[in-house]
Amino acid sequence: MSGHATYQPQSGFMKWMERRLPIGGLIHSSFVVYPTPRNLNYLWTFGGILSMMLAIQIITGIVLTMHYTPHVDLAFKSVEGIMRDVNYGWLMRYLHANGAAMFFFAVYIHIFRGLYYGSYKEPREVLWILGVIIYLLMMATGFMGYVLVWGQMSFWAATVITNLFSAIPGVGEAIVTWLWGGYAVGNPTLNRFYSLHFLLPFVIAGVVVLHVWALHVAGQNNPTGIEPKSDKDTVPFTPYATMKDGFFMVCFLLLYCWFVFYMPNFLGHADNYIPANPAVTPAHIVPEWYYLPFYAILRAIPDKLMGVVAMVAAILVLAFVPWLDTSKVKSARYRPLFKQFFWLFVAVCIGLGWLGAKPAEGIYVVLSQIFTVYYFAFFLVIMPLLGIFEKTKPLPNSISESVLDAKA
Amino acid sequence: MTTGSSAEHTRRDFLYIATGAVAAVGGAAVMVPLISQMNPDASTIAAGAPIEIDLAPIADGQIIKVFWRSMPIFISHRTKAEIDAARNVNLATLKDPQPDSARVKEGHEQWLVVIGICTHLGCIPLAHQGDYNGWFCPCHGSAYDTSGRIRVGPAPTNLPLPPYTFVSDTRIRIG
Repeated sequence: MSGHATYQPQSGFMKWMERRLPIGGLIHSSFVVYPTPRNLNYLWTFGGILSMMLAIQIITGIVLTMHYTPHVDLAFKSVEGIMRDVNYGWLMRYLHANGAAMFFFAVYIHIFRGLYYGSYKEPREVLWILGVIIYLLMMATGFMGYVLVWGQMSFWAATVITNLFSAIPGVGEAIVTWLWGGYAVGNPTLNRFYSLHFLLPFVIAGVVVLHVWALHVAGQNNPTGIEPKSDKDTVPFTPYATMKDGFFMVCFLLLYCWFVFYMPNFLGHADNYIPANPAVTPAHIVPEWYYLPFYAILRAIPDKLMGVVAMVAAILVLAFVPWLDTSKVKSARYRPLFKQFFWLFVAVCIGLGWLGAKPAEGIYVVLSQIFTVYYFAFFLVIMPLLGIFEKTKPLPNSISESVLDAKA
Repeated sequence: MTTGSSAEHTRRDFLYIATGAVAAVGGAAVMVPLISQMNPDASTIAAGAPIEIDLAPIADGQIIKVFWRSMPIFISHRTKAEIDAARNVNLATLKDPQPDSARVKEGHEQWLVVIGICTHLGCIPLAHQGDYNGWFCPCHGSAYDTSGRIRVGPAPTNLPLPPYTFVSDTRIRIG
């Protein structure tokens, strides 16, 4: 990071510090003079929004752990205690529960942004894969946090999701017993989920540091998908990106607070206000909305093992996108065919989410199967072939040229 | 310091490899307790001791649910019609072919004892429901017949049988 050279500590203390731990210079080079493409749109503010959400989740989560009891007889009661007795406990819990949903909402926009503008392509493959790892960790963390409430949905989500591992031939049952620490989901399961739900956010924070590091080595992609060539193509991070990020963070917080204060249970399930009962499965169990597309893929395939394989593959295929997409052009702005397939893909993902919440019968199963085929075809057939057959539009010579042409 | 070419094996190379091998074995050994601690502990295993169930109060056609090892066990007192329905099935049409006789104890055909956990993803099926009048799983639509065999839906196998014996005509011991 070349910014070190330009950083001139002003105060005596910072001069003293800079010779011992050059943290001022690191912050200056990474978040002040760091060059960002001048044409970034608001979709590029979601990285900052996601960092903010992670911080909110960790802070509200630590508060909740001070009042929560991870025991099968007390967990549900302690959550209700947080809601009714703890000072501002209702606020902390609603912020945390809705924060998880907003976190996933932001990450899906962030992922689709990356897909649309080809942000996974050379030299950002590692940056992208680190993002996929963060997403996987988020899914594991979100799932385990949902179990801690120990309502009916919590208990049966834990049962169904851990049973996914029983599909593994031979060792599946042994793995499930090991995950449970018993012969069914029970107190040992709740205890370890609590421990891991506490741990994983900090693992996510660690991978986020790597993600940001890789971003600052490769530089940000931008809506044209061409790399900055001169100083005219970039602006300093502060004030341009800081202000833009800050403004959209506030907009995002408005949406978040609307859920927290006006419809805090809209995204949840009423059944989860019934304490966990190992003897009765609720008539209609569905996961939280952010897992629904994958749940629909699981149910689309009428075979246990293959259903689980398809569901896992649907997530893991993301890690291979940098090599599945063979096109040299990054941004969908200059890829007329890819753009159409991309928006169809977005529609299919939303459609799968809708189907995941429907009962697994009749037309819903058929539609799930059609959408699942397109989901995989997008990555495994369309992406590799488009790079060969698509006629792309001419790229501008530079970022500044594309911006000034648009103005003219 | 040895100054020989890299192709030459020295005693120092041997020491490096031997030290590395011991460290690798030690590292692997550390994993054993770290992984094993997550398996069911002694109290959980002890709580899974056999239980005895008195069958006398279970009426004809009634299905009761008891817990053994935290797992629901269905005990079905089958009617004549249910036994006949379970027997008169073309085994070739079954997903997990098993004759009814292999799922009950000889001389006690009216008693079906199965673990009440759907073999798909672990939900608890509802009794006397579904197209085969056995069990129906509300989660993903698997239907079992009056012998607890999977007939339609994503579940891969029949409801498993717990280990049990008849201690008398009206008592069973599960476990």
